[in-house]
Amino acid sequence: MAALNHGPLKLTGCWGKTAERKQGTVVIELENVGYNYGGGELLSDVSVKLAPGSFHFLTGPSGAGKTTLLKLCYGALTPTSGRVRAFNMDVQGLDRDQMAHLRRRVGVVHQDCRFLDHLPVIENIALPLIVAGKDLAQEEANLRELLNWVGLSQRADALPPELSGGERQRAALARSVILSPDVIIADEPTGNVDWEMSQRLLQLLVELNRMGKTILVATHDMALIRAAKKQVQARVLRISAKQLIQAGADL
Amino acid sequence: MSEGRLRKLIVGDAQADRVVPPSGFTAQLTLFVSGAMAFLAVFALALSLASGRLANRWADELARAATLRINAPAEQRLAQTEAALTLLRQTPGVASARAFTAEEQAELLAPWFGAALPIDSLPVPQLIEVIEGDPGYDGTGLRLRLQAEVPGAVLDDHTRWRAPLVDAARALRRLGAVSILLIAGATAAMITLAANAALAANAQVIEVLRLVGALDSYIAHAFVRRFTLRALGGAAAGVGLGMIGVWLMPAASNEGGFLTGLGFQGWAWLLPLLIPPLGALVAFAATTRAANKRLGDLT
Ligand SMILES: Nc1ncnc2c1ncn2[C@@H]1O[C@H](COP(=O)(O)OP(=O)(O)O)[C@@H](O)[C@H]1O
Ligand SMILES: [Mg+2]
Repeated sequence: MAALNHGPLKLTGCWGKTAERKQGTVVIELENVGYNYGGGELLSDVSVKLAPGSFHFLTGPSGAGKTTLLKLCYGALTPTSGRVRAFNMDVQGLDRDQMAHLRRRVGVVHQDCRFLDHLPVIENIALPLIVAGKDLAQEEANLRELLNWVGLSQRADALPPELSGGERQRAALARSVILSPDVIIADEPTGNVDWEMSQRLLQLLVELNRMGKTILVATHDMALIRAAKKQVQARVLRISAKQLIQAGADL
Repeated sequence: MSEGRLRKLIVGDAQADRVVPPSGFTAQLTLFVSGAMAFLAVFALALSLASGRLANRWADELARAATLRINAPAEQRLAQTEAALTLLRQTPGVASARAFTAEEQAELLAPWFGAALPIDSLPVPQLIEVIEGDPGYDGTGLRLRLQAEVPGAVLDDHTRWRAPLVDAARALRRLGAVSILLIAGATAAMITLAANAALAANAQVIEVLRLVGALDSYIAHAFVRRFTLRALGGAAAGVGLGMIGVWLMPAASNEGGFLTGLGFQGWAWLLPLLIPPLGALVAFAATTRAANKRLGDLT
């Protein structure tokens, strides 16, 4: 697989750093969370803890509420009942500025990537740095290394609409890790790509997990989960009848 | 506003400027509106200042001076003039009273009858200049006494026509000031509309910026800076053109009266220079308000 031949990853970039793990702390925790868009309850009494450095898959049929659950985790939605805690803070209690700071600590790969189409790939990847007021000149080496890691060095100056599905997903992944967050949440990162590309994206996520990052991936792709289980210790959570259940034995 | 933020507002941040794409028509609308409004503001200011000057001058000159005319047969004229002067000097509120000399009277009539006028042989009434003190005299009382003691005297104190003129000039000054306020309000409203249009056109961009951890203040700043600078530039151009327009008005002259007096005098030429910074301030406030309101509505 030529696409994977970009050499062993050296952890020099500061985006690869992970805050020291404190034993017993929980990165993200949902406690008896319920959610309702207005037309009846979608999630009910969901509880889950993501320990630092853990790798979780979230699965379930389309429309089960995977995206909704992820949004609850990173504070884009407020639960209708129960509590969400991130880094030991009550997400519901955060004001708008605190919420922005939380988003810098949680890298998110959105289902539809969400780029600024008027900016080239490299600036889209650097966007979290830009809005955080970081000096891009100082981050240039990091940025180049990250681009190289996701295999987009040649596409740095392309505009997002010119990218293929796989390139978009890798760019979105690069953007999610640029501020070296402790957690990475990816929503169907392999939804629009072929098998080879999905293996490559999985590889990147596994590498990030080995750097110590907590990973939560929503997917309905069972083959992907099976492939992952050969490489990392991944737990599988399934949304079924509004509840979150531990899966695993059946895979 | 902290010094750092003010500096960023002026110097800007090239990187931050790039994240929000420029939206063509709102930029042009802001430039045009602030330019046109600044142009109008220059004229409103000139009108206000000129009518203020006029009101003061009329009130001052006309209110203080009155004329007493002695219409009497030649043989009684001198006696009546003396009587009137005595009466006037005893009247409270009259600062001074002085009879015009024959030369002065001839000078006054020269424009109509020529310089070689044999004034002594004409039944020209004797004129007495009355300068009013502060507080002034009681016009009705003075007239009654003159009627009794100097039957040929007619007091012309201009009040019948002077008061409404001064009032009109003062009203004109107020209208000028109200116009400036209306112009500021209309500018704020138009820039708010333009800012809202730009914010709406960039809703997706704003959402992405929020998703990657941008603070509201960062997003608002990108818009506020742009609109403030556009308003400043537009207003500067408008003021420049307006000042040229005022400057090209014919110079003030005694004959021209009000119209040629429309302009700035001395240090007042500096006043229009305040319009661009004030316009920028209006744009800053309007855009900040619009951006904060819209961002507050987002999750
Ligand atoms: N903003 C929304 N308003 C109302 N209903 C929504 C909204 N977003 C999602 N839903 C509904 O909630 C359900 C779960 O959606 P989602 O969390 O996207 O599921 P999944 O990611 O598992 O496919 C779907 O029926 C969807 O139509
Ligand atoms: Mg989904």
